Amino acid sequence: MQFFLEVLIGGLLSGVMYSFVALGFVLIYKASGVFNFAQGAMVFFAALTFVGILELGVPFWLALVLAFGAMVILGIATERIVLRPLVNQPPIALFMATIGLTFFVEGLAQAMWGASVRGLDLGIQDEPIEWILQATDIGVSKFDLFAAGVAAVLVTALALFFQYTRIGRALRAVADDHQAALSIGIPLQTIWRIVWAVAGFVALVAGLIWGARNGVSFSLTFTALKALPVLILGGFTSVPGAIVGGLIIGSTEKLAEVYLGSYVGGGLDSWFPYVMALAFLLVRPEGLFGEKHIDRV
Amino acid sequence: MNGRQIGDVILDLQNISLRFGGVKALTNISFDVKEHEIRAIIGPNGAGKSSMLNVINGVYHPQEGRIAFHGEERRRMEPHKAAKQGISRTFQNIALFKGMSVLDNIMTGRITKMKANFVEQAFYFGRARREELEHRRKVEQVIDFLEIQHIRKTPVGRLPYGLQKRVELGRALAAEPTMLLLDEPMAGMNVEEKQDMCRFILDVNDQFGTTIVLIEHDMGVVMDISDRVVVLDYGKKIGDGTPDEVRNNEEVIRAYLGVGH
Amino acid sequence: MLYREAGQFKASYAADQQIFPIRQDRIGIMILLVIAFIAVPMLASEYWLKGILIQFLVFSCAALGLNILTGYAGQLSLGSAAFMAVGAFASYNFMLRIDGMPLLVAFVLGGLAAALVGILFGLPSLRIKGFYLAVATLAAQFFIVWLLTKVSWFSNDSSSGVITAQDMVIFGYKFASPEAKYLLVLSVVSALALMAKNMVRSSVGRAWMAVRDMDVAAEVIGIRIMHTKLLAFAVSSFYCGVAGALYAYAYLGTVEPEGFNLDLSFKILFMIIIGGVGSISGAFLGSAFIVLLPIFLDVIVQDVFAGILPPSIASNLQLMVFGGLIIFFLIVEPHGLARLWQIAKEKLRLWPFPH
Repeated sequence: MQFFLEVLIGGLLSGVMYSFVALGFVLIYKASGVFNFAQGAMVFFAALTFVGILELGVPFWLALVLAFGAMVILGIATERIVLRPLVNQPPIALFMATIGLTFFVEGLAQAMWGASVRGLDLGIQDEPIEWILQATDIGVSKFDLFAAGVAAVLVTALALFFQYTRIGRALRAVADDHQAALSIGIPLQTIWRIVWAVAGFVALVAGLIWGARNGVSFSLTFTALKALPVLILGGFTSVPGAIVGGLIIGSTEKLAEVYLGSYVGGGLDSWFPYVMALAFLLVRPEGLFGEKHIDRV
Repeated sequence: MNGRQIGDVILDLQNISLRFGGVKALTNISFDVKEHEIRAIIGPNGAGKSSMLNVINGVYHPQEGRIAFHGEERRRMEPHKAAKQGISRTFQNIALFKGMSVLDNIMTGRITKMKANFVEQAFYFGRARREELEHRRKVEQVIDFLEIQHIRKTPVGRLPYGLQKRVELGRALAAEPTMLLLDEPMAGMNVEEKQDMCRFILDVNDQFGTTIVLIEHDMGVVMDISDRVVVLDYGKKIGDGTPDEVRNNEEVIRAYLGVGH
Repeated sequence: MLYREAGQFKASYAADQQIFPIRQDRIGIMILLVIAFIAVPMLASEYWLKGILIQFLVFSCAALGLNILTGYAGQLSLGSAAFMAVGAFASYNFMLRIDGMPLLVAFVLGGLAAALVGILFGLPSLRIKGFYLAVATLAAQFFIVWLLTKVSWFSNDSSSGVITAQDMVIFGYKFASPEAKYLLVLSVVSALALMAKNMVRSSVGRAWMAVRDMDVAAEVIGIRIMHTKLLAFAVSSFYCGVAGALYAYAYLGTVEPEGFNLDLSFKILFMIIIGGVGSISGAFLGSAFIVLLPIFLDVIVQDVFAGILPPSIASNLQLMVFGGLIIFFLIVEPHGLARLWQIAKEKLRLWPFPH
């Protein structure tokens, strides 16, 4: 039983990590209808830029600010150069453009900072928390809990931002209907820049957490791929959905790997989340919290 | 008016009711369509006319009622089966394949008549080749009929609205239908284009004997070319008869002028 | 002046329906075929044959497959590499386990195996559309690669799923030299390309495009959506499967499932975007571009920037250029190189007059 709980909790917490990346997707999709496949590359870029700046001897907090600045610039440049010219094209074209963007950002990041794997130390160790271990014999990593805490704060902040601030309301309006938002005077371009900046911030946080966990390397870009099943389960337009989806994917992935993996030689986690997402798509295409898509005949 | 011999009933609709969730699109509609006639469906916006056409060719499935086509009764019809049985249609918002040329679009209308499978087509000899040429010939006849030879290779997306509507009619005609459902074929056209379209519709009915069910807002056109008219309002039938009968029907006048609803 | 159509009237529908209705085009393609079949094997260096041309042809075949599925039928797929893997491993097993299996038959069977798998993973397309379908194809991509690695039967019990393709022998003649391999691959791919072109201009191709453009209308005129979509998956996977078999037998020699990973699927997708979605010639143009670009970049970086930039820059530059070009093409010419070629031809018609 304890082992099961340990695996479950570990899975839930790793799911939180997926949610971080998924959140960035949701933000951009909500505000501009664009599915930014390059979000994973942006996580990588953020983490690498931060570590690169740190290595230049810049103190921690300043490096953070500078990295955030870099993300904002990247986001605005993307909106201006890639997305605006493609505004009238079908969503598939935009999606494929973000695939191209992924490759571009990956190359850029490595060209700027080199391709070696870096460690990222946030000061919190990946060790089991002592008193929980003593009390229940279950190992819960300090780091994982920290990550979950950051996620909770981030999601709450975002939720409050969207619900209660003027800009948040404007973002929701834009997500709903561009034309209508324009007609009541919402400055579309500014809004999109804000959204990409926020998404860049989320990418930075995700990059820091992932980088501290697994080291900053090329493989960070593939986190984007893992976020896809999360989004399908949670719904593309839902912030809580990203969290719930992440939890479900993370836990089922871990549980499947541990309990079923031994029968089939392991490696289940490479495809299990996708097959789950596929099953979901067949049954409930809009995800748990997403909006239903209605086709007009 | 046409000197066509109007035949027996080929389409019989009884007590059709259609709901979308809580919204009643059609309530207890019954009418029939006779072979070789031109039957118009008219009514104010939102009356359910397009839904009626969608029921006839199987895009929507009514919750209640019976439909009999050529004597064969069915409640549930799939669109592609309707096509096989000889029902063709056009759409209110043009449903052409924007990525293909005019010729290719009209060729797709012949698809139910093509028997060669994809392997034969991959080798493009024998039956596949013969069919392709044979159907091309038929399609060129339709193109001649509709006077669109000059644009046959143009991608449909580049054509002006009026011509697109004509191409859509061509695609429907290419299937050599027994019954043609036209959803506002003259919407958005100027006077000349309307005259041309009228002429085509009358010619189709005259030369090929195709039964035509037509939704149209232009009263002049409707009264001029239809044999019989059905009037819908808020999903209910409020008039059914010859143009003259319907023109003098009190309820119809009220529905259009909006008195005392 | 050269490229005028004046005087070339078509007197029959058959003449109009030809693949190359303009005489200059016919001459052009004849010359191209002569060069490809005769001049190249005689004149090309081993490096070009082994390193570039065979690769180009193999990927053209895969790009043809993906173009049929995504370009003509409108079903986005990110799993083409997985279907290549199925073709490669299936052909290998057929050759291995059935005595006296002819090589070409093994390729065809490999393609058919891929087609079956393609139909299976194409089933979701009946309910899911657009980019959600892409995610479903990702499931196929990851699952198939995992399965081929884990189940050792596929790779004749070798560890990590590595297989070594057998020699290519047809009627006793062994295709061992680069020229022989090149000609074999060229023949197979040319034949498949012709068949693809035929399908695409017949009613099956029109049905695919109809489903892509507006499937509701397609159903109304009598096209069976399910059949059409699954057929697209089947044919596309067949092409990818044969490409995979050729990849293993004629190019690499030794393959493992990981060699057919997501990166390769993306590469093939890029080929059709850059080459031209929904175009047969686009598959070849795109493949040529993607195969030649890294070499071109390497040459530039080494010759022009030698010593100034560190060598690792080259591969990153490649990524940036790839990505940048994808975006560029999508913005500037969504129909890719094929459309640019068409525009060039139209300008040629008027040349030397400006308009």
